[in-house]
Amino acid sequence: SHVETKADIKRNINKVLIANRGEIACRVMRTAKKLGIQTVAVYSDADKHAMHVEMADEAYHIGPAPTTLSYLNAEKILEVAKRSKSQAIHPGYGFLSENVEFCERCATEGVIFVGPPTSAIRDMGIKSTSKTIMSNAGVPIVKGYHGEGQSYDKLLSEARRIGFPLMIKAVRGGGGKGMRIAMTEAEFKTQLESAKRESQKSFGDDNMLLEQYITDPRHVEVQVFADMHGNAVHLFERDCSVQRRHQKIIEEAPAPGLSEETRRSLGEAAVRAAKAVGYVGAGTVEFILHRQTHEFHFMEMNTRLQVEHPITEMITGTDLVEWQLRIASGEPLPFTQEEILRKGHAVECRIYAEEPRAGFLPRAGTLHRLTQPIAEENVRIETGVRQGQEVSVHYDPMIAKLVVWGQDRNEALAKTRRKLSEYQVAGLETNVNFLLRLSGANAFVSGDVHTAFIPQHEAELFPESDLELSEEKAVQAALGYIIKSQLESSPNDTWKGISVTPTSWRSNYQLQKTINLKFGEKDVRVAVKFEAAPNSYSVSVNGGQWLSAEAFLKSQNGLRLITKVNDRTSNVGFLTFDREIHVYDENGQTVLHLPVPKYESKVGAGDSLSSDNASSPTPGVLEKILVSTGDKVVKGQPLFVVIAMKMEYVVRSPRDGVVSTVAGLKQGDAVGKGAVVVSLQEE
Amino acid sequence: LLRGIRRLKNQNRQYHGATVIGSEPNKNDPYYQENKDRMDELVEELRQKTNVAVKGGPDEAIKRHTARGKLLVRDRINRLVDEGSDVLELSTLAADGLYKGQVPSAGIVTAIGKVQGRDCMIVANDATVKAGTYFPITVKKHLRAQAIAQECRLPCIYLVDSGGAHLPDQADVFPDREHFGRIFYNQANMSADGIPQISVVMGSCTAGGAYIPSMSDESIIIKEQGTIFLAGPPLVKAATGETVSSEDLGGADLHCRQSGVTDHFALDDEHSLCLARNVVANLNWNNDQKARIYPTNVDEPIHDIDDLHGIVGANIQRPFDIREVIARVVDGSRFHEFKQLYGETLVCGFASIYGHPVGVIGNNGVLQSEAALKGSHFIQLCAARKIPLLFLQNITGFMVGREAEAGGIAKNGAKMVTAVSCFKGPKITVLVGGSFGAGNYGMCGRAYSPSFLYMWPNARISVMGGPQAATVLSLVSKDKAERSGKVWTEEDDRKVRAPLENQFEMEGKPYFSTARIWDDGILAPRDTRKVIGLSLSAALNAPFKESKFGVFRM
Repeated sequence: SHVETKADIKRNINKVLIANRGEIACRVMRTAKKLGIQTVAVYSDADKHAMHVEMADEAYHIGPAPTTLSYLNAEKILEVAKRSKSQAIHPGYGFLSENVEFCERCATEGVIFVGPPTSAIRDMGIKSTSKTIMSNAGVPIVKGYHGEGQSYDKLLSEARRIGFPLMIKAVRGGGGKGMRIAMTEAEFKTQLESAKRESQKSFGDDNMLLEQYITDPRHVEVQVFADMHGNAVHLFERDCSVQRRHQKIIEEAPAPGLSEETRRSLGEAAVRAAKAVGYVGAGTVEFILHRQTHEFHFMEMNTRLQVEHPITEMITGTDLVEWQLRIASGEPLPFTQEEILRKGHAVECRIYAEEPRAGFLPRAGTLHRLTQPIAEENVRIETGVRQGQEVSVHYDPMIAKLVVWGQDRNEALAKTRRKLSEYQVAGLETNVNFLLRLSGANAFVSGDVHTAFIPQHEAELFPESDLELSEEKAVQAALGYIIKSQLESSPNDTWKGISVTPTSWRSNYQLQKTINLKFGEKDVRVAVKFEAAPNSYSVSVNGGQWLSAEAFLKSQNGLRLITKVNDRTSNVGFLTFDREIHVYDENGQTVLHLPVPKYESKVGAGDSLSSDNASSPTPGVLEKILVSTGDKVVKGQPLFVVIAMKMEYVVRSPRDGVVSTVAGLKQGDAVGKGAVVVSLQEE
Repeated sequence: LLRGIRRLKNQNRQYHGATVIGSEPNKNDPYYQENKDRMDELVEELRQKTNVAVKGGPDEAIKRHTARGKLLVRDRINRLVDEGSDVLELSTLAADGLYKGQVPSAGIVTAIGKVQGRDCMIVANDATVKAGTYFPITVKKHLRAQAIAQECRLPCIYLVDSGGAHLPDQADVFPDREHFGRIFYNQANMSADGIPQISVVMGSCTAGGAYIPSMSDESIIIKEQGTIFLAGPPLVKAATGETVSSEDLGGADLHCRQSGVTDHFALDDEHSLCLARNVVANLNWNNDQKARIYPTNVDEPIHDIDDLHGIVGANIQRPFDIREVIARVVDGSRFHEFKQLYGETLVCGFASIYGHPVGVIGNNGVLQSEAALKGSHFIQLCAARKIPLLFLQNITGFMVGREAEAGGIAKNGAKMVTAVSCFKGPKITVLVGGSFGAGNYGMCGRAYSPSFLYMWPNARISVMGGPQAATVLSLVSKDKAERSGKVWTEEDDRKVRAPLENQFEMEGKPYFSTARIWDDGILAPRDTRKVIGLSLSAALNAPFKESKFGVFRM
């Protein structure tokens, strides 16, 4: 029996430094705490008040916001490890997690690196090396040619051997540069020459490699674990095919539509791969999988815990961080392959601050409002931020991971959508609406996932109907806004011992108000009559017919707005922030705006207190006039100088404009208080 | 009625330490239905009249006003008050039927609303009505609002947009004690008393009007819209020959930058109202009254307030049990009645409205000596306990006749009048039926300075009933005729009676009263609880004053 006690682990690791931030740092700490291990956080200037800092038993500042100066600063982190007497460092994912030098430095400093041995990281970090090792271990790899011979004839014959479609890649290439696809042999020559030209231009080298090209493949990866005693197991696969900007946004386990046979051979191949590199700890072997044939090829191995590891935990009932810590302290794997069972289906959505309709461009800024679904059995919310905190430009703009388990895929997806619709975020745009569309798209639900899914289903994922506002939504926005403002403006006014519930009551007539809103560029006008019955209104949208409506707000993980419009009662999430009004339903967020009052824009344009004239603030002597008629001036620009009582007064332009007249004064002239020296006019 | 009372007695229950009163009316009763139909009509008439009045001036004037980017007066108030705030508009139908109906609401809106959570008195000119000029009744309405503000210690916000005195009426507007000048007198004295005075100059403030912002603690003016000057450009031209534009003579630039007459510079209506809210936010305005803990979760009456239509009706001669009204106004319909078995025509007792204790005094018939004594006792109890009073008037008067006189009805009635006069806490009077003769006095009529006085649309007010007055006149005339040897025919009798009866009927109506601001407005019965609550809330801004009673003739 190779099961050791918890006390034995503590002998090795009783304090761990987490060299990371955000949700993963918090996630690692949770398990560490569960195991009784002390936790040490490190943080940059930007993360002073971050969740992971508060959660840790100890925390140390390691530098300014940029990652190279903080979370990638290996020396500083090792210094903290020593200072805090941490026996181990958990690198999380990203940052230093696959950094060979750091791993080596840990070894020299006698700190346990919670991860694989240096050699595995190094071997798997070099693509050609990793492929050779895998090929030798009998792991299927993509057919290709990586040879020295670069003559056209040689390349053509290799191309024929591999078959078409075919990828032509610059050996020195990267970022898609010097990369071409030849669908048929007929295209080969032109595409090769084009790739060579681009490569020469970009990298000063035109050596090419060839690889079999798999059209719109699936991205399937297998979670593996190995211990220091030569044991290795897999914990089944995850499908991460649907990606944007080559990054995952939704993952699931197990991969849909695979036969048990494929699943088994994937798992076995992954274990072979792990063993081939002498792997220890948590790793992921990535494969590309042919959509139709389910033929798969080794792509790469990630030598760390992956972002999407929780879905594997959900279907196997394991805690992978616990496994990592146990293995790092020398324990053997807690289970044999046969003991690892798979149950149900799990989905993970990554909630990002980004703008899907603008090419998924990342967004940074303050999360002024953040309400997340409440975690429950089978629903995990992995997050490292709270309302009021910043999504920094320096780090990944991921706000949270929503991880949901269901008995089967349909249940998991339905629950995922339900939980996604409970997200309320203001201050930053997120991809929640997009995730809702995606997880509900027909092709996705039927399991037809692949890497080109998003461009292929663009019309369904970005429907025109999103740009239309329903009458019901307009009513919800207007009534919610009214009720919310009412709640905010009536502070507990029981100070006189009398509290007459305000109901917008008027003597013998009915209050009617118009709420002007904007939906995108469109004007939305909601006329509201306050009816006598409590919470009752008549409403008309854009001059349409009057509808009877009831509405009230209740507080329940954020605000819920219950409205009844024309006999349909609905319960939606509601939020106001600054001039934004958000309504949340099963399709996610709808944002309306209150227009900026006219006077505010005028004040902004300098119309408020500024005058057309610049006059002397005091009786004095004119020292200097700095402008002449016709000059264009900006607000705050010095116009003239007056000396009085030994003080020098610089008079500045009250606003932007053009100098219309300058008084006929010269240096040394006396000026009275309020004497106009420079007059302005509009440009 | 007796059956009703019996049913009521059977239903009496103990609840929260006080008895729940009131009964479910039989809605199929033809009596009930007739009452309901008539009251429905009266309330509908009230709504229609109000809807006409709140429209403001003539269409062209409204168009001209809004075309200049100005908000209508009630929209201004809606923007000034907190979202959701109730607005207790006073005397909306003032000037109804006066000045050929050309001065709806007397050209001025006076209302109590919450600004930044505080009750404020808002006095706002309606420039679409005769350019917001002051008719005699306009002055009266303005002064009444100030009187309420002063008594209740409500910050005053004046939304000024007025051409000043209505010149053809100057004699009834300018010279007397309760005329235009009193506005500024009140401003000065309220300011002295620490009651904030705030002006928003949203249009002209000419001549006397110039003093409204000038006498204010803080004032706001709108660019190229508000003007303040003692004499406008034409008068200046006439007086000194100086040619000057309104804006240069008294615009926002001048008054904010040079004269210092105004303090805040606004760009438009909306901006000025936003600034006014900021001014209120910075008043550091606190209630002097020590906070007392009352329940904040109040029970609504258990009986439907709409039943009042069927219970009360429109016929002043039909009696109803005032407890049915009380049961539909007070919290949980709970009423702790005082001296239930003594002087039964006056119903007195303790209840609460929106959680605040009130002493309720209502009529269930003519006032006899015992009733007057009971009322006097009860008023003194409320004074001692610092409990506001609510009077529900349905009173034909004090009992007359030899027996009553011999029983000292005059001195006993006088006791009640003394008690009502000297009670200095908040008093709210609602005329739910008749209000005749000295009954009006004993039940806190207008002359007894109730904090607020309202009428239901079925109510009637006069020195005595029309038929009684006609009878008196007829008897006197007959006597006179017979003394001069003339024969008094039935025809003669009709000729004397009819005009007087008609006059009393007309002058006794709520619209006649409210037009002249003998009350603070007409209420639909269903709004009674709300209005009493809001009135009480306003009145409680002032500390509860000690009452010192005069000599009670024993």
